[in-house]
Amino acid sequence: MKKISKMPTKEKETFKRPDGRKLAEIRKMYAKVGIIPNADGSAIFAFGDTVAIAAVYGPRQLHPQHMQDPATGILRVNYDLLSFSVYERKKPGPNRRSQEISKVTEWALSPVLDLKEFPNTVIDVQVYILQADAGTRTAGINAASLALAHAGIPMRSLVCSVSVGKLDKNLVVDLNKEEEDYEEGEGATDFPVAKIANTEKYTLLQLDGKIQPETVKKVLDLADKACDEIYEVQKKALKEVVEQ
Amino acid sequence: MKNHINEAYEATDTLNDESSAKKRKIVVPGEIIATGEDYLPSEGARREKENVLANRFGLAEESGRVVKVIAITGAFIPRKNNVIIGRVTQVTFNGWIIDIDSAYQAFLPIDESPRFISKSEMNQFLDIGDVIVAKIWSINARGIDLSLKGKGLGKLEKGFVFRIIPNRVPRVIGREGSMITLIKEKAGCNITVGQNGWIWVSGPSSDEEIKARKIIEFIADKVHVSGLTELVEEWFEKNK
Amino acid sequence: MSSMDCSNITKETIKRMFAEGKRFDSRGLFDFRPIEVSFNVSNKAEGSARVKIGKTEVVAGVKMEIGEPYPDSLDKGNLTVSGDLLPLASPRFEAGPPKFNAVELLRLVDRVIRHSGILDFKKLVITPGEKVWTVIIDIYPINDDGNIIDAASIAAVAALKKTMVPALDENGRIDYHKESKTPLQIEKDILPVTLTFFKLGDSLALDLAREEEEACDARVVFGISKLGDEYFINSCQKGEEVPLTKKEIDQIMGIISEKFEKLNEKLKKFF
Repeated sequence: MKKISKMPTKEKETFKRPDGRKLAEIRKMYAKVGIIPNADGSAIFAFGDTVAIAAVYGPRQLHPQHMQDPATGILRVNYDLLSFSVYERKKPGPNRRSQEISKVTEWALSPVLDLKEFPNTVIDVQVYILQADAGTRTAGINAASLALAHAGIPMRSLVCSVSVGKLDKNLVVDLNKEEEDYEEGEGATDFPVAKIANTEKYTLLQLDGKIQPETVKKVLDLADKACDEIYEVQKKALKEVVEQ
Repeated sequence: MKNHINEAYEATDTLNDESSAKKRKIVVPGEIIATGEDYLPSEGARREKENVLANRFGLAEESGRVVKVIAITGAFIPRKNNVIIGRVTQVTFNGWIIDIDSAYQAFLPIDESPRFISKSEMNQFLDIGDVIVAKIWSINARGIDLSLKGKGLGKLEKGFVFRIIPNRVPRVIGREGSMITLIKEKAGCNITVGQNGWIWVSGPSSDEEIKARKIIEFIADKVHVSGLTELVEEWFEKNK
Repeated sequence: MSSMDCSNITKETIKRMFAEGKRFDSRGLFDFRPIEVSFNVSNKAEGSARVKIGKTEVVAGVKMEIGEPYPDSLDKGNLTVSGDLLPLASPRFEAGPPKFNAVELLRLVDRVIRHSGILDFKKLVITPGEKVWTVIIDIYPINDDGNIIDAASIAAVAALKKTMVPALDENGRIDYHKESKTPLQIEKDILPVTLTFFKLGDSLALDLAREEEEACDARVVFGISKLGDEYFINSCQKGEEVPLTKKEIDQIMGIISEKFEKLNEKLKKFF
């Protein structure tokens, strides 16, 4: 599976990413709020070719009653890919991957929410991927964060998410699909991260690949900088909704 | 970036001071609104060390030392004494269950009808699908209790109801009801605005009713416009 | 958005307004709201489209898969129309397996495409009797402000019109990284659509916004297409409980070709 490269590993400065981006460069981002009129809050967020849309309905009544929490409202996230968002068609309906991502997205977002003033209710967040080119869960979290804010839900801060990682020994930000499949040297390590904006608190940490413990801190530093950029994009999208 | 600050006068707000003393801007969750020990964070805001931060997306307002963030989007959060418009979904043995378009169900006890209703005439008075203007007189763990006792409350006959985003209700009502009075006059319709964003219109003909709805939606869509009264007068001129 | 059901007085008012030929947005009873069609919703789909009718928005995407033909049609490829009413699009849609209204929508779109002849199934054969293409259209409403059936059929047809057949590698398997040069063979001149007629009181109307739909008594969806100068009704389904009278059906048949033309005029500029 892993190809041992015969050549010595290239210097970091001369490493070329498949799409020509610099190591810490995020793909072109796009964010817009209020795209689904029926929803209480909604947003679209894209990293390059990865496009996620999110809609928030709530606080609203939660059925069945036994799932209600008398102390607080509950956040419920449903994430999935649209069938034609990927080359190999995905059959409609949840699968194990979408269930896992739904749950980690919920965990990524709930720390910023204060739902105590809505006991016995649910805040439903629906996240769908229209087009997938890696980083779908991170785009989804960014869209969901915007949609929750747009819905007027009490929130301490926005949540920003990005995939950082490694291609062979090169630390990179925002891997695309081609990079996720990278096989040279140490291969690709994909490290999706989410944090509460303007804090040192991480609410999503997942990892697949090979990375030395001492490199983790460097990669998180890259994530911090990337999240600062993402926060600016999110902020701008929210402020623009009011200008219409 | 242009930012026309609107003059949102909350009909239920007890603050009556002139807007010139208030500073307003759109903020996102976690954004610093003001810095200084003197400021007092109020609704929608919090203090973190020397900064006052936004606890939601909305319009941050500084009036004097008090800093709060008003919601400009989002679902209706019921408060005691709100006047709302709701639809009957069920007739029970001692009252009616009312959908008020919020996370919580509302209940109108038979004792809170405007006049005495016996248990056998409950359906005749209010049946499934009927709409009422009611006041929220109690909010507790069980839910929301409504009352029809009071001026302007009761069953709505004729006309129709439609919804706008609840946060836009203050500007449709206007300062001391000035905007809604203007609309009623110009459109020639009876109009009742519920705090939950539901609005009732009843007019002498379809044309007037259509006009009334259009102008209300025109106002509700504009979040940030000053000189709204002039715009409304202009609209009625154009759409005679 | 509210999930509050239509109230009695609103229904009576809309009924009265329809009887006067009036609507809240000042449209005629058979006028469509502004329509927008755009493409390339997903670059991973073989073809995809997004349709907006007023605030209603529906997306559709086409994927093509290689499979075996059905035993009773060895010389033909296949078509499947799939998708779901995403909870994203309306407070009334729930997560979970598709409910009846999702199933019905997909079946209605399937029938109009299948019977219009826009797709020649015989041209979907790769190796006769062994390997054929299955065309899979997935339809998803993104915002339901009424008339999602008609929006869905337009989106499905629009996606088909832009579909490129995937290139195959030397082993006859799909190679997505090879550029596809073959557009899906479809009849260029046929644009099948559905027209959903709603009945309220004694009035009929087209393209209802959600609040109008909720006030209605009955509806009937017709799939209609045109070949040369002739119009064909390809499918039909009546829904809801109130019956439709013969007079109403005659009235619909009297205007359906004209309404089909009007809709086509609006759509032509996007294709």
